[in-house]
Amino acid sequence: MRKFTIVSSSVAPMNRANIDTDMIIPKQFLKSIKRTGFGPNLFDELRYLDEGQPGVDCASRPLNPDFVLNKAPYQTSQILLAGENFGCGSSREHAPWALEDAGFRVIIAPSFADIFFNNSFKNGLLPIVLPAKQVDELFALETNNAGLHLDVDLESQTIKSEQGQSWSFEVDPFRKYCLLNGLDDIGLTLQDADAIKEYENQRQQTAPWLF
Amino acid sequence: MAGKTLYDKLWESHLVKEREDGTALIYIDRQLLHEVTSPQAFEGLRLAGRQPWRLNSNLATPDHNVPTTKAEREIGIEGIQDPISKIQVKTLDDNCAEFGITEFLMNDIRQGIVHVVGPEQGATLPGMTVVCGDSHTSTHGAFGALSHGIGTSEVEHVMATQCLIQQKMKNMLVEVNGALQPGVSAKDIVLHIIGVIGTAGGTGSAIEFGGDTIHSLSMEGRMTICNMAIEAGARAGLISVDQTTIDYVKGRPFAPSGADWDAAVAEWKSLVSDEDAVFDSIVTINAADITPQVTWGTSPEMVIGVNDLVPNPKDESDETRANAIQRALTYMGIEAGQKLSDIRLDRVFIGSCTNSRIEDLRVAAKIVEGQKVSASLKQALVVPGSGLVKQQAEAEGLDTIFIQAGLEWREPGCSMCLAMNADKLGAGEHCASTSNRNFEGRQGYGGRTHLVSPAMAAAAAISGTFVDVREVMSHA
Repeated sequence: MRKFTIVSSSVAPMNRANIDTDMIIPKQFLKSIKRTGFGPNLFDELRYLDEGQPGVDCASRPLNPDFVLNKAPYQTSQILLAGENFGCGSSREHAPWALEDAGFRVIIAPSFADIFFNNSFKNGLLPIVLPAKQVDELFALETNNAGLHLDVDLESQTIKSEQGQSWSFEVDPFRKYCLLNGLDDIGLTLQDADAIKEYENQRQQTAPWLF
Repeated sequence: MAGKTLYDKLWESHLVKEREDGTALIYIDRQLLHEVTSPQAFEGLRLAGRQPWRLNSNLATPDHNVPTTKAEREIGIEGIQDPISKIQVKTLDDNCAEFGITEFLMNDIRQGIVHVVGPEQGATLPGMTVVCGDSHTSTHGAFGALSHGIGTSEVEHVMATQCLIQQKMKNMLVEVNGALQPGVSAKDIVLHIIGVIGTAGGTGSAIEFGGDTIHSLSMEGRMTICNMAIEAGARAGLISVDQTTIDYVKGRPFAPSGADWDAAVAEWKSLVSDEDAVFDSIVTINAADITPQVTWGTSPEMVIGVNDLVPNPKDESDETRANAIQRALTYMGIEAGQKLSDIRLDRVFIGSCTNSRIEDLRVAAKIVEGQKVSASLKQALVVPGSGLVKQQAEAEGLDTIFIQAGLEWREPGCSMCLAMNADKLGAGEHCASTSNRNFEGRQGYGGRTHLVSPAMAAAAAISGTFVDVREVMSHA
């Protein structure tokens, strides 16, 4: 996993609630057996005017000129600003894979669906929850300053604008540690292999039907 | 000290280690695998040179991509027309063979949708922790098992360590009491609940569904309820264990027997929330208030009673919500204030991990028996949840009833719920569907999904539009 320290980028605004995982990456792309290559199909049904199919070169497809990620300067944004309950729906990790593959490192929203939130951290993608009022402030700020640039600093848990405003955010310490260091958490869990074996031995005594 | 909730008990009995940072290692008893969310996990194991921690805790079956026509299925894997789908199913077979994981192959009678297969086999047991790389794993909570959907990195993590890194969720209780109106089912209950609490109403919580209405349901009905807990934002739904649970599990292939059975039953009886348990939030619903539900929009919370009018964004004071309503109306091609009975349906889908079990098929068959599917429909599909459900339905003659009424009787799989196989909606088509998600494009590019119960879907198949199944049944 890529390390996450500071991300400095323009912010792409998608002011709608309940952006679901089918919207982030439609099901036909889940047939891939790889983890990479989902970026061009991120928000496929919003981004293109035709129906996308796996294996089709997206460079030749008609773009929806009204979709935010097709407009300058948002094509290169690494920060996405969105409405509440972002990532609701299926457990597909293809959603954070697609966002990461398309260059995003940060999603800011008033709330996230649990599974998406969890999956993001496993892929070097930082989901930031800010109070709805602050998210509204950011949307307003972006509207008045198209191409608004933000610095997201995970170590100090702050977001700063070029205009001098700053917002702080919460992040679970374990997830922060893993993101900052780009750590694979399987290796970390296996450090507790003895505890897992001990649990299993005890449980096997009391509930043998589970083994 | 306050009593414990069912979730508290399941959490404690699976706690391997609490870490100083507030996270915990939770032991996983059962992992279900399917072809879509597992290939990258197996690849991760291979790249790291790791082996599964405990092979027999895993059970696999292909479901999302499999074709559902008999002609295609008879050919076997080579019958999968889409080459990419074929590779994905084949990859699951290869991975399970390589690592030694039990898999019910595509044409095994035990194959089906993972969330139908697990309980049917007794591979889902009360008191277990169950995970799967699929958000509808919440289904298994119907057995008093702590179950939730996980991402592919977690699938790999569970295979490698038998544990999940978790933070304890909040306890939420949704209590439903009283008698249901005839024709109103578990699906209507859960759609109604989502309409009340919203699609993020259960975010961060494990929802326990309680009350006498819930406990009057069969296991099939309880699975329908827990299945859609995720549609209310909750990774886990739970229903406490009672005699109905125990009776369902008894004698299933993976269920304990002999002395183990007796010991298990004794433990399972404690899988209820204590009388004095404290919940972080409680929602109470009167069963008598629940009518047959139909979703009109593009989120499961956009749901109304069959006789209600489609909402008007002008009546919504919150701007974001008003915009969402308008966007949904545009996508769905319907008008604010219109009747659901004015929607011309193109297709009907009876199936999915929400509603493809034997009881669902019996209810639907009863409604279409001796009738004909509306000539205005392009297609009405019935897709049983597993080979065993299909076999049972055929033994009861349900297949004949469906076929005579003009519905197609298919082979088991996820099918049109998410349209990863060939079963899908065309752009602009309206579908009455017993599945779980009405998101834009979910059942096919530009497709328009209306979530309903099996009874409502069956009645819609005959009428070509939405009708109040309570009236249909009173005339039967």
